[in-house]
Amino acid sequence: MAETEAIRAIDVAELVVGFGDKPVLDRLSLEVQVGEILGLAGASGAGKSVLLRTMLGLISKRQGRISIFGVDQDEATSSETQTLERRWGVLYQEGALFSSLDVFENIEFPIREHLRLSPRLMREIATVKLEMVGLKPEDGHKHPSELSGGMTKRVALARALSLDPRLVFLDEPTTGLDPIAADEFGVLIRTLQRTLGLTVFMVTHDTHALATICDRVAALAEGKIVAIGSMSQVLESEHPWVRSYFCAGRSEVSRAPATP
Amino acid sequence: MSAERLAIATGDIDRLTISGSGAWIADNAAQLDAILDGMQPDEARNLEIDMTGVDAFDTFGAWILERLIRGDGRPRQVALLRLPAQFHDLAEDVRRSHLEPPNPGRRIASPLALIAKIGVGVEAACAEAARLLAMAGALAMLFGAAVRRPRRFRWTSIVYQLDRVGVGSTPIIALITMVVGAIIAQQGYFYFRKFGADDYVIDLVALLTLRELGVLIVAIMVAGRSGSAYTAELGSMKMREEVDALRTMGRDPLEILVLPRMIALVVALPLLTLIGSAAALLGGGIVAAIYGVEPSLYVARLKDAVSIADFEVGMIKAPFMALVIGGVACVEGFRVRGSAQSLGAHTTSSVVKAIFLVIVLDGLFAMFFSSIGM
Repeated sequence: MAETEAIRAIDVAELVVGFGDKPVLDRLSLEVQVGEILGLAGASGAGKSVLLRTMLGLISKRQGRISIFGVDQDEATSSETQTLERRWGVLYQEGALFSSLDVFENIEFPIREHLRLSPRLMREIATVKLEMVGLKPEDGHKHPSELSGGMTKRVALARALSLDPRLVFLDEPTTGLDPIAADEFGVLIRTLQRTLGLTVFMVTHDTHALATICDRVAALAEGKIVAIGSMSQVLESEHPWVRSYFCAGRSEVSRAPATP
Repeated sequence: MSAERLAIATGDIDRLTISGSGAWIADNAAQLDAILDGMQPDEARNLEIDMTGVDAFDTFGAWILERLIRGDGRPRQVALLRLPAQFHDLAEDVRRSHLEPPNPGRRIASPLALIAKIGVGVEAACAEAARLLAMAGALAMLFGAAVRRPRRFRWTSIVYQLDRVGVGSTPIIALITMVVGAIIAQQGYFYFRKFGADDYVIDLVALLTLRELGVLIVAIMVAGRSGSAYTAELGSMKMREEVDALRTMGRDPLEILVLPRMIALVVALPLLTLIGSAAALLGGGIVAAIYGVEPSLYVARLKDAVSIADFEVGMIKAPFMALVIGGVACVEGFRVRGSAQSLGAHTTSSVVKAIFLVIVLDGLFAMFFSSIGM
């Protein structure tokens, strides 16, 4: 592995993002270590997705610095950016599958764009990925419009993971999945994280997922990270929003099994 | 990374040992695949795979390893040795996949395929005609019901659509028809002058634009501009389940979405034809003036050249063309299925079909009018 432990997977410093005259993110700083699963919680409209999209370069920032695997996004050359994009995978909230391609083609798309593999090997890899996320090879010839919500999410995850990225961004990964599927999903992410040294940045509302999947939890409110640390550390936070948010979910958190 | 560093084969066909090394990851997958293929591991009766030297491993590597172990189904002994502990989970995960290739769809042999294609095409055309008729029937019933109770008309929606279809396209239609009128006049002068038949240029311009070209150009423009917009709007509403939402609220999408659009189109197209024809005559007049015909003379000559019947021939066609354009656009819009590609395909087909049908309709009208002597 090229990265030493000293390099952080994501390093956001003093980030300001806004639309109009109201800043959504106000001097926000956040660090994600290599190999950890960080869950970001926050109220609807608090700017979770804005933060994610800013990290991905889809929204431009006003101030601050974002570096990913030690590469500053502002100073990155286009080849560095390309390498980076090859090493991260993104699961969008709505799946964002290409509607004119079938499931196999969707999963193969990043592989086809970045590697030169034989069509047969590519199809086999796509099938393996599909089965890894709990779908059957028969589903591979379906088009996105024929998939249920949960299946769409799984296919989107398979596509996000298709290049075996080092860093995965998950936007509301468990929303829309039934509790059993959401748990399986968590186990899957854990397994991949262990074997591939995957770093996961996860935006979620699901307190159960935060408690079971994540190594660390960050709470976003008023444009800043108001609490960060392990679940128990965050639960001790004095911030009013954090208290009310996790109090509502506390019963569930305590019921959750210990992190594997 | 050099080829030798990924895998090395030793031994012979009876006892083949493959020693993996280096990074068995996505970046090296193509190379690794080729190397292992070259070793012909499927031929070996005893296969040993030594993974000691592999220091990076991902799903790509895991699958290539799994494929090596599975072989092509011939019975043989395979031993996997010293797979580093941290890679066990992933290898195990990949092992669980069954990978039964789904059977491809049945293909028809080529000579029959052509006939089958014709059959499918005819069937599709019949289905298309049936859909148009069904839409026409449903709309007629809705219109009938709405006429009896005028409050059922969605006036706001009709006016809004009228503004988009009618007012919105007035400038471009006036411009285009004026240019076409001018071109006809210019070409007329250019050729008629040789025979000394300058005077008849005005007859040519007037008859052509009022009877045929005015309405045809306007209809084609509207099919391209508004028909495509109708299809795209209805199609994306269908994709985003807005149409289903309307239906579950107990409202008929035809009544809410299609009827106002059709009414707007039927009202707007004759008006646009009127404007278009006037603009074409103006364009002709400008060219005539350039060729030295006084405007007053041009107007006087117009009066002699055309009768009210010529104007009627053009105008009568307009609402029918509007029905065809709107009907095709809405039918195509509702046929859009999930994908972005489908939306594009149906929008294209809406415009192409509408223009084709408008021209066919114009031909039918020409036959009809000449047989009744108009």
